[in-house]
Amino acid sequence: MTKMLKGIAASDGIAAAKAYMLVQPDLSFSETSISDPEAEIKRLDDAVAASKSELEAIKQKATQNLGAEEAEVFEAHLTILADPEMIGQIENQIKNEKVNAEAALKSVTDMFISMFEGMTDNAYMQERAGDIRDVTKRVMSHLLGVTLPNPALIDEEVVIVAHDLTPSDTAQLDRNFVKGFITDIGGRTSHSAIMSRTLEIPAVVGSGSATTEIKEGDMVIIDGIAGDAVIDPTADQLAEYEQKAADFKAQKAEWQQLKDARSVSKDGKQVILGANIGTPKDVTGAVDNGAEAVGLFRSEFLYMDASELPTEEEQFKAYKEAVEGMDGKQVVVRTMDIGGDKDLPYLPLPEEENPFLGYRAIRISLDRQDIFRTQLRALLRASHYGRLAIMFPMIATVKEFKDAKAIFEEEKAKLVKEGIPVSDDIEVGMMMEIPAAAMIADKLAKYADFFSIGTNDLIQYSMAADRGNERVSYLYQPYNPSILRLIKNIIDASHKEGKWTGMCGEMAGDQVAVPLLLGLGLDEFSMSATSILKTRSLLKKLDSVKMQELAQKAVEDCETTEEVEALVAEYTK
Amino acid sequence: MEKKEFHVIAETGIHARPATLLVQAASKFNSDITLEYQGKSVNLKSIMGVMSLGVGQNADVVISADGADEAEAIAAIAETMTKEGLAE
Repeated sequence: MTKMLKGIAASDGIAAAKAYMLVQPDLSFSETSISDPEAEIKRLDDAVAASKSELEAIKQKATQNLGAEEAEVFEAHLTILADPEMIGQIENQIKNEKVNAEAALKSVTDMFISMFEGMTDNAYMQERAGDIRDVTKRVMSHLLGVTLPNPALIDEEVVIVAHDLTPSDTAQLDRNFVKGFITDIGGRTSHSAIMSRTLEIPAVVGSGSATTEIKEGDMVIIDGIAGDAVIDPTADQLAEYEQKAADFKAQKAEWQQLKDARSVSKDGKQVILGANIGTPKDVTGAVDNGAEAVGLFRSEFLYMDASELPTEEEQFKAYKEAVEGMDGKQVVVRTMDIGGDKDLPYLPLPEEENPFLGYRAIRISLDRQDIFRTQLRALLRASHYGRLAIMFPMIATVKEFKDAKAIFEEEKAKLVKEGIPVSDDIEVGMMMEIPAAAMIADKLAKYADFFSIGTNDLIQYSMAADRGNERVSYLYQPYNPSILRLIKNIIDASHKEGKWTGMCGEMAGDQVAVPLLLGLGLDEFSMSATSILKTRSLLKKLDSVKMQELAQKAVEDCETTEEVEALVAEYTK
Repeated sequence: MEKKEFHVIAETGIHARPATLLVQAASKFNSDITLEYQGKSVNLKSIMGVMSLGVGQNADVVISADGADEAEAIAAIAETMTKEGLAE
């Protein structure tokens, strides 16, 4: 039976394929006493052997499709599976206590898990607890005769259906086969949504019930433009979506012609359209999509994909690769933005009541100067190879910016003294994401070379609404006059000092926001690479003088976000 | 029985990737192989045993092998230690 699902459009495009359920099966069991331990040990050995051959297949596939690094985790799993002590203890328990293999497996692995989790002074060991848990799940699934999803083994075209997608799930997905995905939870700024745009895979998130409505193997259409999904579509519907997919392809081809064009409004006002990237590898996608700069290079990947703090050399290589890849175009690197929702296994941060209001980003950098100085040195060294700019996240006060800038100057002087080549015109700016900073933008503009507005955090802090909390998600209102006034204050303050303002949040590529931002005088729009050409095409249709009038009305006259949206519609029709 | 002492020089000690490499090297041999550190002895073929010792930088450890291929086993483990820069 055909069914429709409505969710949030996370990544443009249309896909139709069979559903692959990335859902954890039920692994519950009851403990029973057994009379034939030999037979029970045989069951255990069979399950271990089956797990082993499955893991070997996954490892091979992952090495082939994703590279040796991503496959390393499966090697770790195989080593655990072959552990004679662990297997020996499980067998002993079956023999001595006459319990079923499931119960013995759980009791022995639980002991190891709690032993590793107890090593609170060693984050690496704590992480290994997760590996043991994964291996236990696999053996358990074979004992119970249920199937675990193995995304790395997918070898036909599918649409992934999941409650949510974690970074480790997405790392295993092969782009050649994964045509689209749909999740139960998440919003436009959740990890899975951002990932789908980076991979250019059509996606719908936050559908509420995808995993319960869709069954393995169902035909599913994902409409990442409208945010819809059709389960078990009729032939007519399939044809309709094929047409829509073809139209989208044609439109993309049309946009593609703007790849090397400048970003100008109808009346010739020029702005810069940049890309947000997460790793140096993303530079290719940025260039292919016509980026004129990288407005945000999140340096977190260096810290998050690692088992220890990244060295100066590792960081230097990554930054150098990015600036060289952009070939003279500006790359703005944001210094470490850890804390809040991003934790590091090897740098345990104290549990906090309000992590988003806590010890994070520049607050950590100014406190842990060893980490900060290493990063600044790597950035300074890379500046010699292209046009690099640096910005500090979460600046709230003038003092924080001055302190951070002073450390930058100290490291720069040291390098110059050591005779290491460093660029002489590195722009040093800051993120504008805290309302307090936005209110004193005129003061900060005296010291910072530029501002970059981080809209996700600026909105969440201004509205006092956790962006991950669905109950208050209605307060995520980028067009609310309150937010527009803050943005106007920031842009005007920078211009008064002869500085520039960029925006690197989701809002910069939002088709309703772009006319407003053009009118407010934003200089640089940085967004997911895949939104650049669409935005360049939109800009060509907008008159900057008319948009100034629109922005002024929105800021001065409008009371609600709905009024602003209606006004934009009126001015752009 | 063959025995050899090692002084761990790796900054991370023997817990990250190195533990896996040592276990893999040991598992190729039939001899019983143990790792001894601070009076505790574990099976070097058991990744969890090795990791549970928490061997850090500058630790002194003893590896013993007992069996038909004990000499080859110690030689192979010593080679892994040097090649990976774990110990001397």
